[in-house]
Amino acid sequence: MALTNEIVKQKLTEKFGEQVSNFEEPYGMLTFEAPKELNLKVLNFLYDDEVLKFRFMTDLCGVHYPTNKGREIAVVYHLHNLEDNIRIRFKVFADINQPDIYTATGLFSAANWMERETYDFYGVNFVGHPKLKRILNVDEMDYFPMRKEFPLEDQTRIDKDDEMFGRG
Amino acid sequence: MSEQHIKLPEGSIEKTTTTLNLGPTHPATHGVMQNILELDGERIVSTEQTIGYIHRAFEKIAERRPLAQITTLTDRLNYCSSPINNMGWHLTCEKLLGVKTPKRVDYLRVIIMELSRISDHLICNSIVGVDAGAYTGFLYVMQYRELIYEIYEEVCGARLTTNMGRIGGFERNFNNIAFEKIEKFLAEYPRVLKEFENLFQRNRIFMDRTKGTGAINAERALNYGFTGPNLRAAGVDYDVRVHSPYSSYEDFQFNIPVGTTGDNYDRWLVREQEMWQSLSIIEQAYQKVQEFKGTAADVYHADVPEYYLPEKADVYTKMEALIYHFKIIMGETDIPAGEVYQSVEGGNGELGFYLISDGGRSPYRLHFRRPCFIYYQAYEELTKGAMLSDAIMTMSSLNLIAGELDA
Repeated sequence: MALTNEIVKQKLTEKFGEQVSNFEEPYGMLTFEAPKELNLKVLNFLYDDEVLKFRFMTDLCGVHYPTNKGREIAVVYHLHNLEDNIRIRFKVFADINQPDIYTATGLFSAANWMERETYDFYGVNFVGHPKLKRILNVDEMDYFPMRKEFPLEDQTRIDKDDEMFGRG
Repeated sequence: MSEQHIKLPEGSIEKTTTTLNLGPTHPATHGVMQNILELDGERIVSTEQTIGYIHRAFEKIAERRPLAQITTLTDRLNYCSSPINNMGWHLTCEKLLGVKTPKRVDYLRVIIMELSRISDHLICNSIVGVDAGAYTGFLYVMQYRELIYEIYEEVCGARLTTNMGRIGGFERNFNNIAFEKIEKFLAEYPRVLKEFENLFQRNRIFMDRTKGTGAINAERALNYGFTGPNLRAAGVDYDVRVHSPYSSYEDFQFNIPVGTTGDNYDRWLVREQEMWQSLSIIEQAYQKVQEFKGTAADVYHADVPEYYLPEKADVYTKMEALIYHFKIIMGETDIPAGEVYQSVEGGNGELGFYLISDGGRSPYRLHFRRPCFIYYQAYEELTKGAMLSDAIMTMSSLNLIAGELDA
């Protein structure tokens, strides 16, 4: 019997009850969220379960929702079961003042740099990461540039002396 | 001489290894990236990678641009096969917007994507040869990469950073010169590829240099998130074109070549075989495109006026076209809210686009799943205990592209 979104959902609710929530299926991909303290438990369950077998981490990234008070930072995992060829998306949310989330590096070596990237851009503190430092930006940087409070430069500004590129 | 006369730095007596900085701008790295190697003689004890030298904040920039303007950013990810990135981005937008493309567009896209796969693999495989000291192959196949670039030029006007296609299709129909050049490529390239293969495949020196170096087993490769030829060389037959078909790949017959050992030689062989498969796909797609006759042969985009830029002649003469032109150029069209993940089989692995839209004019968040970035972290494990010269070849056989690494 092929694995379907329904079975995944059912298995997760059996195991975690009310704690996994917000099940959606945007464009066919099962999406759900769990409390951030449970992220490793959920990932481990998805990995170890003999039916689910989500053993390939496709992607990990952060998202910033400034209006979402108390849960501003989201970390999104994309997991793939290569045998049954089914993908799921799993989200955890954290407070921007204390963005501590357990690292997934123990389970997926692939998570190492992706978590560093998420730390670099969103300031998510991955607890237990072997070497959590900036990866794409310079080490001296003291802010997290992908957060929404840093807007891109206003293209209509005129106070800049930039003759070479036709501005000002 | 007593010891107090020699003023050696603290701790230098105990240190038996050499630290070597390879990069950021070293001819052997084929891109801007730094490797700090700890060497014991010629053996590598440990490595540390520093990346981000050409980080251009594409994900941040994309948060203010309308969809059509993001295509130019995707060009600059894996610049050895830009059209695949462009098509991947258009497919992502089409998935979000619910645009259904006509079959002819799909087949034309397949032709272009497979051509870019060939040019990507060609560069990678010949560069592996260069790093082994065999320059001839690289120079010899260059003229066929040039022919591929000429085809791009006929289709979109650009060669390297192509910005090819639009949401819903192509900006113009393929002209006859493009089809002639594709025919020329199909006729001449197999002979060249065979010759290229003869030069390396059973070459004793090349085999000795590549066999057993930079090897990774299937389990580790999966754990490291390997995709594309690097994963298939380790023996896992995962290919996005087959597992989640896009752009009508399900209409084509092709094999997925897999290796067994996951070493440099197997990676080279997998890429070589994939080029043959790509050739066969192009042939099939070309046949299918030729079957469209009459008005069906003029279809090169889907009918989505809200997102597809109208003909310039219509803009000057028709009111509706003028309105759509203005709205698209100024980015005044709101995109529907939603979350979408779409991936394509890029030149070096699964290239994914994770797009979150909140209903505004530009994406709320756009994340590129860059295969290079994900598998380069395995480099330390791949080269531990290896010779320095083998590590150089491992780097090029992984097909690292700095633009994709740093986004």
